[in-house]
Amino acid sequence: MSTTATPPPKKVNRIGLEVLQYRGGKTTLCAGCGHNAITERIIEAFYEMGVEPYKVAKFSGIGCSSKSPAYFLNSAHGFNSVHGRAPAVSTGAMLANHNLIGIVVSGDGDTASIGIGQFMHMLRRNIPLIYIIENNGVYGLTKGQFSATADLGARLKTGIVNDLPAIDTCLAGIELGATLVARSFSGDKRQLLAILKAAIAHKGLSVLDVISPCTTFNDHEGSTKSYSYMKDHDEPLHELDFVPFYQDISVEIAEGEVREVELHDGSRLRLKKLERDYDPTDRIRALNFIHESASSGVVLTGILYVDNKRKTFLDMLNLGDAPLGTLPEAKTRPDQRDLDLIMEELR
Amino acid sequence: MSTTEITSVVSRSKETAGDVVNDFSIQIATVNGSGSQTANNVLMRSIFQMGIPVSGKNLFPSNIAGLPTWFTIRASKHGWIGRKKEIDFLVAMNPETARDDVMRLDAGAAVVYDETLKLNTLRDDLHFYPVPFDKLVAPVCPEAKLRKLVRNMIYDGVVGHLIGIEMEEIHKALFKQFGPKKVKAAELNWNAVQAGRDYAAANLPKTDPCRVERMNETAGKIIIDGNAAAALGCMFAGVTVVTWYPITPSTSLIESLMGYMRRFRIDKETGKATFAIVQAEDELAAVGMVIGASWAGARAMTATSGPGISLMSEFVGLGYYAEIPAVIIDVQRVGPSTGLPTRTMQGDLLSTALLSHGDTRHPLLLPSSPEECFTMAGAAFDLAERFQTPVFVMLDLDLGMNNWMADAFHYPEEPIHRGKVLTAEDLARLGGFARYKDVDGDGVGYRTLPGTNHPAAAYFTRGSGHNESSGYSERPEDYINNMDRLDRKFESLKEHVPAPEIVIDQRASIGLICCGTSRYAAEESRDQLLREYGVESSYLRLKAYPFTNELKDFIARHSRVYVIDQNRDRQLLGLMRLDLDTQYVERLRSVRYYGGLPLDARTVTDDIVSQEGL
Ligand SMILES: Cc1ncc(C[n+]2csc(CCOP(=O)(O)OP(=O)(O)O)c2C)c(N)n1
Ligand code: SF4
Ligand SMILES: [Mg+2]
Repeated sequence: MSTTATPPPKKVNRIGLEVLQYRGGKTTLCAGCGHNAITERIIEAFYEMGVEPYKVAKFSGIGCSSKSPAYFLNSAHGFNSVHGRAPAVSTGAMLANHNLIGIVVSGDGDTASIGIGQFMHMLRRNIPLIYIIENNGVYGLTKGQFSATADLGARLKTGIVNDLPAIDTCLAGIELGATLVARSFSGDKRQLLAILKAAIAHKGLSVLDVISPCTTFNDHEGSTKSYSYMKDHDEPLHELDFVPFYQDISVEIAEGEVREVELHDGSRLRLKKLERDYDPTDRIRALNFIHESASSGVVLTGILYVDNKRKTFLDMLNLGDAPLGTLPEAKTRPDQRDLDLIMEELR
Repeated sequence: MSTTEITSVVSRSKETAGDVVNDFSIQIATVNGSGSQTANNVLMRSIFQMGIPVSGKNLFPSNIAGLPTWFTIRASKHGWIGRKKEIDFLVAMNPETARDDVMRLDAGAAVVYDETLKLNTLRDDLHFYPVPFDKLVAPVCPEAKLRKLVRNMIYDGVVGHLIGIEMEEIHKALFKQFGPKKVKAAELNWNAVQAGRDYAAANLPKTDPCRVERMNETAGKIIIDGNAAAALGCMFAGVTVVTWYPITPSTSLIESLMGYMRRFRIDKETGKATFAIVQAEDELAAVGMVIGASWAGARAMTATSGPGISLMSEFVGLGYYAEIPAVIIDVQRVGPSTGLPTRTMQGDLLSTALLSHGDTRHPLLLPSSPEECFTMAGAAFDLAERFQTPVFVMLDLDLGMNNWMADAFHYPEEPIHRGKVLTAEDLARLGGFARYKDVDGDGVGYRTLPGTNHPAAAYFTRGSGHNESSGYSERPEDYINNMDRLDRKFESLKEHVPAPEIVIDQRASIGLICCGTSRYAAEESRDQLLREYGVESSYLRLKAYPFTNELKDFIARHSRVYVIDQNRDRQLLGLMRLDLDTQYVERLRSVRYYGGLPLDARTVTDDIVSQEGL
C-alpha cells in the first residue's frame, strides 16, 4: 500500500465556495488599469461575504469600466447594456425580481456625462443596488477625452486643459437620496474591500465613487486622477473595519476612538477616527465637509454618508415575496367575471 | 381650421329634401376647458342607446383651456363610423369660431347657436335655431360658478328635442356618465337638459331634415376608446411591469391601465400588488426599464407616441440584437411637439418598423378597432416573449383617444405563452445551454432568468458581439451567423402575426390596401366607388408587419392597387417597397392624407376616381 499525500483542504467561504467560483472571464483591460484592481476587490467582497453567485445580477453601461462585469462572478447573469443607461436597465430588473442582489459597474463618462439624468433619478428612487463608478476622469474606451468628473485645471496628455468644473457624484448621491455613499481609491485595497462589503450588507442604493487611474490616457503629470496624484492627495476619513453579521467577535473599542454603524443585515461598520471625528449619518455636515475638502485640494475617502431609515423604491410598491417575473397566470390574468363586469360598465 | 374673414352674407338656395334619418353628423364647437366633454358624451351615448350606430371624434387643441375644440358625432344606419367630411348639424358655442364654422357648412345644414352671436345674419340657406343659453342656465343653476359647465347640457336638451332623441335615453346616459357617487351633480345637469328641451319645444319649430329613429344595431355593444381597450388587453395578458412618460395621446392608455390594475390586480388573498407601474424620467428610461424587467423575467411594457419612439431608438436596437422581449405601444400623432400633437397621423410606421442602428427590423401589430386594441395588445406580449424581441402595437390618436362603438371583448382563449425559458430543473436535465443557439430551427434560442439556481444558468448579455454561447466575439463569422439567425427568426414570426383581412371582388380590377383607422374611410369609400361610379374593388387590411404572403397574392390579382396612408411620405407603401419585388411594387399607387384629421371616405374616393381617370 502506498500512502498518498492528501492535498491541503481547499479554502472555502461560509457557504462552502472557493474564491475561484467568484471569478469571471480574463480581463481584456490594459495592464495596470485601476478597473482591474476594483474587479479583484469585488471578487473578494462577494467571496468573503459568502453571497450565492446565482442570486447576483450584474449590470453596466458602455466603457472600459463597463466591461468589468464580465471579469467577475461568472455564475451570475450579466448585462452590458447601453452607454449611460444601466440605471434604467437595473431598475427594471429589480422591479421584475426584487430578490436579486444587483451590482452596477459604470464609468465616470457613463454616469456623469451621458448618463447623468438616469443617475439622478436612480438616486431619488433609492433602488437597492451597489452602484460603482470607476472614476478615471476620462473616457478610456474612446481614447482619453475629458469626462464630466475631470477636475478644473486638469491636463490631458495632449496638453488640453479642462476649464469646466467637475460633477461630484458623491455630493449628488447624498443630496438626492442614495443611502450609502462612499469614495475610495482602486489602490487602497483594505478600504475598498470594507466599503464593498458594507454595500453588499446595505439594503438600499450604495453609490461608490472609486478613483481608478487610466494608465493609458490619464496617468501623467497634470492629471488629478493618476496614481501619483492620489498618493499625495488621498485623505482617508477613518480607518474602516467591516464586521459581518455572522462574525460575532467583540473587539475592544477604545472610548471615543471608534464610531459604529449598524447595517441592515446586522453587520457593523467600525469607523476608527483619524484626523477628525466624522459622523456619516449627518447629511448637511457631510455635504459641507466634502465641499470644504475639495476646495483645499484634498480627496476625502471613506464612508461619506449612511442612511439606514429611508425606504427603497421597491418598498413603496406593495409587492409580495415572489418576484413579479415569476407570478403564475392565475395571479396575473383576472378571471372571466372581471372582464364581464368591465364590459357591463361600458354598455 | 381656416381663418377666413367673412364680410358679407352668402346666399345659396335652401335645400328642402325629405327627412334624413339616422344618417348625419353633428358638430359641437366649444372652447376647451368648458366641460363640454360630458355634454358631448351624453349626446353620443343617448343616440347609441337608441340602437343607432354612432361614432364620436374629439378635435382638440394642444392646450389646457381657452382654445377651440370640435366634437363630431356621426349617426349612420349603414354603420359607417369613420369621419364624415360634411357637417349636417352644427352646435355653435364658441364665439371665436362660430362665423367660420357656419360659413363652412353645406347649404341645408342646421345650426343651434347662442342667440347673442346673431349667426342667422350670415347666411340664408341654413336652418337656424337661436337659443338664449345664459337666460336658460341662470334659473336651473343658482350657483354662478357652475354655470359655465352646466350651460353645455342645455344644448343636449335642444338638440335632443330637435332630432328626436328619447329623453329617457338622455337621462340614462347622463346618470351613467356621472356615476352613482355624483347623483347631485347629475340632477343639476339634468335640469339644464330639460330647460333646453322645454325651450326648444316651445320656441323652435323644426325646419331641418335630420332626425333619429330607434334601431336595433347596438345591442350588446360597448363604447370605449382604443387606449382603454389596449390597457385592458395588457392587463388580461398578465403584464407585470409598466413604465411610462406622459405624452399625448398615449397618456390615457396608462391612466386607464392604472385604474384597472388597482381594481383587478391586487392579490385577493394577500392584498399585494401583482404589478409595478413606474413613471420614468423620460422615454429612454421607460424603455430601458422595460428591457431590464423583461430580461429578468417580467412581462413588461411601455406606451408612448412619436417623440418618445425617437428617444427609445437606441434601446430598441439593443433589444433586437440582445434578443430581449419588450412591448411598446405607440399611439401615433403628428410629429414634433409644438403645433399638432393632438392631431392624428399614421406617422411612425416606417421609422418604427426599422427603428435603431445596424440591421434592425421589428414586428408591428396594427389594430383598427377597440376589439383589436384589446386582442393585439395581448398578442404582443406572447409574440415578444416567444420571439424574444421588441414588438410594437401601433394605434393612432383617432383610435386611442376617441370613443368607439365596439363588440364586447372575449376572454382570451389561449393560455399565456412565456416563450423559451429554461428553469433550474430544465438545466439539471439538459446539463447546460447555449443562449443564442438555434436548437429548434425557428431562429429562437433558449434563455434563462437571473436568479436561477443552477451553475449553468448564467450567461452574459451584450449588444452585437457574441457567439452562440453568448461569449464575447468580434469574429465576422459569428456576427454573420447571428444576423442570419435573426433573419430566420423574423421569417418564423410571420406564421404568428395576425393575417390580413381580405375581401376579394372577383370582378374588381382595383384593390385597396390600408391599415389601422384608415379602414373606416376605405370601407366606406368602396361603397361610394360602387354606388356612385360603378367601380368594383377588392380590399386588404394589414394587421401586422412583417407582411405575410397574402399580401403578394392580393397584389398579383389586381392591376392597380391603392395603398392608403395617413402621412405625407407614403410610409405603408414605402414599407412594401422595401419588402416586395418589382413585379408587385409596380402595381402600387398611393392615396394619402396628412391634414391631422381622421381620414374620411370622400377624400379616398375622390383621389382614386381622379387616378382612375373617371
Ligand atoms: C450613445 C453612445 N455614444 C457614444 C459612445 C462611445 N463611447 C463608448 S465608451 C465611451 C466613454 C466611456 O467613458 P467612461 O464611462 O468614463 O468609461 P472608461 O472607458 O473611462 O472606463 C463613449 C463616449 C457609445 N458607445 N454610445
Ligand atoms: S484605456 Fe484606460 S480605462 Fe481603458 S482599459 Fe486601458 S487603462 Fe483602463
Ligand atoms: Mg472613465
